[in-house]
This record gives sequence, structure tokens and C-alpha cells, in this order.
Amino acid sequence: MNDLAAQSTYEPVILAFTCNWCSYRAADLAGTARIKYPPNVRLVRLMCSGRLDPMFVLKAFASGADAVIMTGCWPADCHYRVQNVKALRRFQLLRRVLERLGIEPARFQRVYASAAEGQQLAEAFTRIVDEVRPLGALNWGRAGALESGPKPAPEPENQAQQQVPA
Amino acid sequence: MNSKPARKHRFAMYWASACGGCDIAVLNLHEAILDFAERFEIVFWPAVMDAKYADVEAMADGSIDVTLFSGGIRTQENAHLARLLRAKSAILVAFGSCANEGCIPGLANLATTDELLTAAFEGPSTDNPDHLRPSPAFRAPEGELELPALRPLLATLDQVVEVDYRVPGCPPESERIAEVIGLVGAALDGTATLPPRGSILGAGWSTVCDECRRDRNSKRIASFTRLPLLVSVDADVCLLEQGLPCNGPATRDGCGAKCPLAGAPCIGCYGPADGVADFGARLLSAFASVVDANEPEQIDAILDGLPDPVGQFYRFSLAGSLLRGAREAHR
Repeated sequence: MNDLAAQSTYEPVILAFTCNWCSYRAADLAGTARIKYPPNVRLVRLMCSGRLDPMFVLKAFASGADAVIMTGCWPADCHYRVQNVKALRRFQLLRRVLERLGIEPARFQRVYASAAEGQQLAEAFTRIVDEVRPLGALNWGRAGALESGPKPAPEPENQAQQQVPA
Repeated sequence: MNSKPARKHRFAMYWASACGGCDIAVLNLHEAILDFAERFEIVFWPAVMDAKYADVEAMADGSIDVTLFSGGIRTQENAHLARLLRAKSAILVAFGSCANEGCIPGLANLATTDELLTAAFEGPSTDNPDHLRPSPAFRAPEGELELPALRPLLATLDQVVEVDYRVPGCPPESERIAEVIGLVGAALDGTATLPPRGSILGAGWSTVCDECRRDRNSKRIASFTRLPLLVSVDADVCLLEQGLPCNGPATRDGCGAKCPLAGAPCIGCYGPADGVADFGARLLSAFASVVDANEPEQIDAILDGLPDPVGQFYRFSLAGSLLRGAREAHR
């Protein structure tokens, strides 16, 4: 993952969770208006940003995502009254946890977009892709984060962890 | 002694990366230990009797009826014993928090192996002028000596071998252990059936909050505090509502909510509640939802009351969590 050829062709995989009532429609509007944003961003539609369980974000990173974007309605515009505010609180707390675990804040961002803001959403996605690309691949999945589960994991017999003092 | 004519069931217990508290919790069965001794023959249990790994290696595959495996997988020796006991045991039980979620030793997954060794061998209280470190191989006049190498990350038992049942807790409560041993013994006798493979034994299906009798009213937290800073703890009100970070909302029930009922916040030792894929995610979700602020700056000010979020949310479950540890430890 550190060799130059891989770096030069590296494109981040970014998961964006969208709200059914605003940001998903903004993305839809971007599509019908032929506004372009980088294909690095994959959308997952939820009914509300309040549905974004922090577990989804952790699972995304553990499965190989390089960044996750939480998108939703502007404050006070939530279809479910206050759920986007609860999502904001979780976002801020989860970001603290991720930072301690070594995941840079740029890899987990939030974007507000109303259904009319296709242009703004596309611009935000473009900006985030540009911010994440220089950080390089996170590669968490390859580090074995998903080896838990019913199947026994392939065991790398790595003996080289302890060093004799030089 | 041998009042039962039938063959005793062959029992083993092992400690990998553990403190030994699980072994003590089993010995804490008190009088029930007599029933246990009547039913089971101990074939391997380093905490209570001498044994050699070669004795286990010589056993036929599947010949141990039940093995309680406590401890996480920290060293190559732990991994070897996990595979060995998996092969020799008909029923392998991940016993206690370490084997299931990594527990306190799993917090080492926040640091690299080198950082861990530096802390242990060159810390401020250690006099080590030659900067000696444990070495996996050492040549002594008597011959080559070996120490098991550390693995880069502490793993849970089920990340290394297949596990048949899980008993959570740090340590599991002795009365729940008695239930589990009673059930397993009866199942081996053919008078009871065990739940499906992979099930939790000796714990409930809900959360500690469900077992806690404290009153829950309005869920709004204006600030987090710590037990020593609180002038007095209200005896009847939910600790979380009083601003104490209590891990009950994400923790599996089974302990009887002993800590919160005694006025101390739940620390989460019984692991994730049923259906919770990531303990920390569930708990931080529960905490954040009740933070009494709507503006980013105000939210941050309240969250500053949780100075160590990873320690709070993953105290017992980091190694078993989705991310398993910090990024630097994965490298």
C-alpha cells in the first residue's frame, strides 16, 4: 500500500449516508441538473440522519471505507423534528472516539443540504474527496478488523514483534 | 467420594491473557464445588493443579467434555493453547470478559507493541540501564530458552478459534457459574439440552438498566461528572441522569445490577447486550442522545466531561469491537 504506483492511482472509497427528505433529494437534484461530483462517494439512503447508528460508521471503516460523510437536514428542518440534532451530538462524540483510535477528523465529516441544494452538496462532496485523497488508504479491513465471527481467522504467525536491543 | 457410578465428565479450565479472577470466581462456588467435584474430573486446570502442556497434547481430540477458557490471546503461547484446547474439547466455552471481548488487557490495543514494552520495561519506576527487553529466544549455558512472542494485537478467543458458548462477566458471578456448570453437567448426563451453539450462558438477554431499580425520569444531561466529585448520590435516581457516566444502557444483564444499585456506575464488564455489534457505538449513541445541548459548541462543552471516551466506551470490549484497537496498533 505504500508503493508509489499504488499511491498514484489511489482513489478513496467514501460512504455518504443521506437523509431521505433532504440530502438524498439534493443528490438526486444534482443528478437531474447534471452537476458532477467525484464517483468516490457512494450514497446510502436512510430515512433520517438520526438513523445513522455509530455502528454503521465503525463498520464502514472496518470494512475498508476511507471516509464516511453524514449528511442531513439543516437544524430545525428535520422531518422528524429533532433527530438531526441527536445525530449531531452522536457525530461529535463519535468523532472524539475515532480520533483517539487514529482516524483523522477529515475522514468523518458532516454536511447539511436541503432538497434544493444539489449544487452545494456536490461541492461539499468534491471538497471532501480532495481532503481525503492525500491522507491515503485507511486499509482497516486489510488489517484484519473483520476477522472476528464464526469462522476462525487465518492466523499470521508473525514472530517479528519483539526485538532484541541493538 | 465416587457415589456416582457413571463416568465423570472431563473438565478443563485455562487462563490465557487473564488475571486469574475467573478461576477464583469458579472456586467461589462454595458448597456447589462439592457437586462440581462429584460430577467432573479435572484433567487440566493450571490455576489449581499442576499439569504439563504435553499431557494435554497427548489427549485424544474431543476427549475433554468441557473447557472453560478465560483470557484473551496476547502471546503465541495463548494462541497455541487456544488451538490445542479447541481440538481436545467437545465444548469450548469463552469464559469471562477477556475471552469474549478482550477486557482490560484489550486496552493494550491502543498502543503498539513497542510502546507497550517501553512502558513495561523502561517506565519511570523501572531501573533498566541496559535497555533490556524480553527476547523470544535466549542462549543460556544449559541450552536455548524460548519465551512466547507477543502478537501485535490482543485477540478475543473467537477471533482465533471457533467457540461453542460464551459466559460473560469480569468475572462471571459465581451463582451464574453454578447455573452454567449445572446445565452443562446435566446436558452431558443427557438430562438437559444446551441452547444452540454460539449462545450466551449465565447471563440475560437485555441490559443492566433492565435489572436496575433506579428511577428513570427525564433523560437530559447538562454535564458529566465523576463519582468522587459528586457531593452525594441520590439513592433512587438513575445514575446517568445524575451525570455519572453509567454503562448500563449497553451492557448485558446477568450481574443483578450490583454496581449501580450500590451507587457506583456500571462499567460494562458483562459485555455488549444482545444484538449489540459494537459496545462503544451503542453506548456513545445512548450518551450523546441525552446531552442537553443543540449547538455544536455547547455539545462539545458537555462532551469535555468525558475526558477519555475510548476508555469509557470500550473499557472491557475494545479487542472485540469492530475496529479492535487504534490504527497504530494494527500496523
